Amino acid sequence: MLKINNLHARVEDKEILKGINLTVNAGEVHAIMGPNGSGKSTLAAVIAGKEEFEVTEGEVFLEGENLEDTSPEDRAHKGVFLSFQYPVEIPGVSVTNFMKTAINESRKAKGLEDMPAKDMLKLIREKSELLEIDRKFLSRSLNEGFSGGEKKRNEIFQMAMLEPKLAILDETDSGLDIDALRIVANGVNKLKSKDNAVIVITHYQRLLEYIVPDFVHVLHNGKIVKSGNKDLALELEEKGYDWLKQETVI
Amino acid sequence: MAYTEEELKKELETKEYEYGFYTDIESDTFPNGLNEEIVIAISKKKEEPEWMTLWRLESFKIWKEMVEPEWANVKYKKPDFQAISYYSAPNKKPKYDSLDEVDPELLDTFKKLGISLDEQKKLAGVAVDIVMDSVSVATTFKKTLAEKGIIFCSISEAIKEHPELVKKYIGSVVPQKDNFYAALNSAVFSDGSFCYIPKGVRCPMELSTYFRINQAGTGQFERTLVIADQGSYVSYLEGCTAPSRDENQLHAAVVELIALDDAEIKYSTVQNWFPGNKEGQGGVYNFVTKRGLCEKNAKISWTQVETGSAVTWKYPSCILKGDNSIGEFYSIAVTNNYQQADTGTKMIHLGKNTKSTIISKGISAGKSQNSYRGLVQVNSRADNARNFSQCDSLLMGNECGAHTFPYIEVKNKSAQIEHEATTSKIGEDQIFYCNQRGIDTEKAIALIVNGFSKEVLNKLPMEFAVEAQKLLEISLEGSVG
Ligand SMILES: Nc1ncnc2c1ncn2[C@@H]1O[C@H](COP(=O)(O)OP(=O)(O)O)[C@@H](O)[C@H]1O
Ligand SMILES: [Mg+2]
Repeated sequence: MLKINNLHARVEDKEILKGINLTVNAGEVHAIMGPNGSGKSTLAAVIAGKEEFEVTEGEVFLEGENLEDTSPEDRAHKGVFLSFQYPVEIPGVSVTNFMKTAINESRKAKGLEDMPAKDMLKLIREKSELLEIDRKFLSRSLNEGFSGGEKKRNEIFQMAMLEPKLAILDETDSGLDIDALRIVANGVNKLKSKDNAVIVITHYQRLLEYIVPDFVHVLHNGKIVKSGNKDLALELEEKGYDWLKQETVI
Repeated sequence: MAYTEEELKKELETKEYEYGFYTDIESDTFPNGLNEEIVIAISKKKEEPEWMTLWRLESFKIWKEMVEPEWANVKYKKPDFQAISYYSAPNKKPKYDSLDEVDPELLDTFKKLGISLDEQKKLAGVAVDIVMDSVSVATTFKKTLAEKGIIFCSISEAIKEHPELVKKYIGSVVPQKDNFYAALNSAVFSDGSFCYIPKGVRCPMELSTYFRINQAGTGQFERTLVIADQGSYVSYLEGCTAPSRDENQLHAAVVELIALDDAEIKYSTVQNWFPGNKEGQGGVYNFVTKRGLCEKNAKISWTQVETGSAVTWKYPSCILKGDNSIGEFYSIAVTNNYQQADTGTKMIHLGKNTKSTIISKGISAGKSQNSYRGLVQVNSRADNARNFSQCDSLLMGNECGAHTFPYIEVKNKSAQIEHEATTSKIGEDQIFYCNQRGIDTEKAIALIVNGFSKEVLNKLPMEFAVEAQKLLEISLEGSVG
């Protein structure tokens, strides 16, 4: 599904990613953990194609295809989805209208007609029920005045609508209370299949109790310094990151 | 293509005026310059009665004594008023009964503009009175209107057929001496629309006029007069677009609305005149005086989407004379490249319990300057007057400007005035967010701009709203590769 080779990326003169290697196969869930500022969100943004970050070395492959010259919207059309750590507000654009536009743009890219209104409504109903979202919520301006938790739930609603191949969830758990966390995790689990893959970026073991990862990676200072199975997450929860930092400094 | 600030800027600059062509229809044009003879000649040409000729001459006298105003936040080369031809009418000017009789070249122009009469006719309930270079060349749906006693015709026709109405109301809201451009218009106005809705009648369709400018170097001086008699209602749509050209074109229109007791007028404008090319050359100078008078319990709403013109100077206003009358102003003004717009409104509260609402959305891109200028005036007699104003600006890139000049003059302590203003920028993060969901940059900008403008777009009649959205997209987007 996703293969990242020796990826280096920088913004302005600052190198942030310093040689990332990562392989994610269809059907897998990977967790990426690591201290603040280690480059987790940057990695997510680079996979999604944000041009603010300059890739200086290495490459990203999606289903065998090098994404180097692929625009963010084309990556999205190919099935990459990013649940943002900080979703932006778009005043005056309702969640529904935004989703309608997103879905129809993706369809257009594939040479399909706009989705018929009837199907769109059905899809919206189905997915909003899955994430226990009040329909009134969908007529509100995108992320404007949303609480932290509402923003995150809305991100996963969008993911459910778009049914991506590769979903990257960047700290989707932060801002969610325990009930919302369960709903969101449940939603992600229902969407999981042997044909898609999920990368979960988180600080906490908590989310990983619900979305159980096949692999856990620790990112520190722009590199993956340790990989393991779900037990690694437990170990990190117990010991923090310091022991790893010391290990890698040497 | 993914978005960077630089790319966005380029993209916005490269959108050349889409309707850059002009129709080669023979016209009969006066020599350049303005003096009493020309004023008399215009009046003669239009076969006007003597009172009208005298009114024009009086206006001309007033205008000669006036100087061009300089207070607006716009810079431009002053038009040479002696280098303008003050009259131009299409030569072939029969009255058409059907579209087949209309000059095919004209029809072709309308097709290019996407406003072919064919299409218009399909838009059920829309009567179209097209003003092509000063003289109406087609009027439809007149019969249906006539059955209700509604008069909808060119102002020239009204001067001849309904002199008592014209005589009573012309200049009653915008006096000849009101301002430099209004005085000029009063002296030389070429044509325009006239509309009268009788007592208690609800106009069953949107009345619509497309204005165009179509003759090199011809100043355009439209005059519009809308009278809604007691308890009547009308929704009036005005839209325009012009061919591209090198020299500046002056447009100085006057629109007067009169809403008598319990009447309501909705006046919507979509304006798309040539804004000049991306170096800032050419483009229409648009100096318009629009004003409405509300009698008791009457209501006037101005809704406008302004995307065109090199220089715009325009303040649709309401005089809330009658008690309980209501004035509304909803505006979207888009400026790009070197466009300059100084627009806003005046709400003059004279009656008791009068209410006004102002929603202004300014969108600036390129090197343009976009100013909102609004006056809310509450006179001493106007107990319990209320106003709410909201002025939002959206900036694209770092070289454009947005300015807000709210003036508030209150002479009655019971007044409640609220003013809110915001300025925001389309951010790279917003664009990337959209891109990540599969929406390209061009579409993302359209989405964000439409969202920003929604409160105003919602006020437009349905078919106009669609057109307005299209215009917003046209004026802000480039062809993304
Ligand atoms: N646009 C940017 N400009 C400058 N520095 C940035 C930018 N984006 C991220 N950084 C820096 O890169 C480092 C990694 O950030 P980030 O990827 O957000 O970390 P994480 O998500 O792991 O907390 C931090 O030091 C951050 O300050
Ligand atoms: Mg982060």
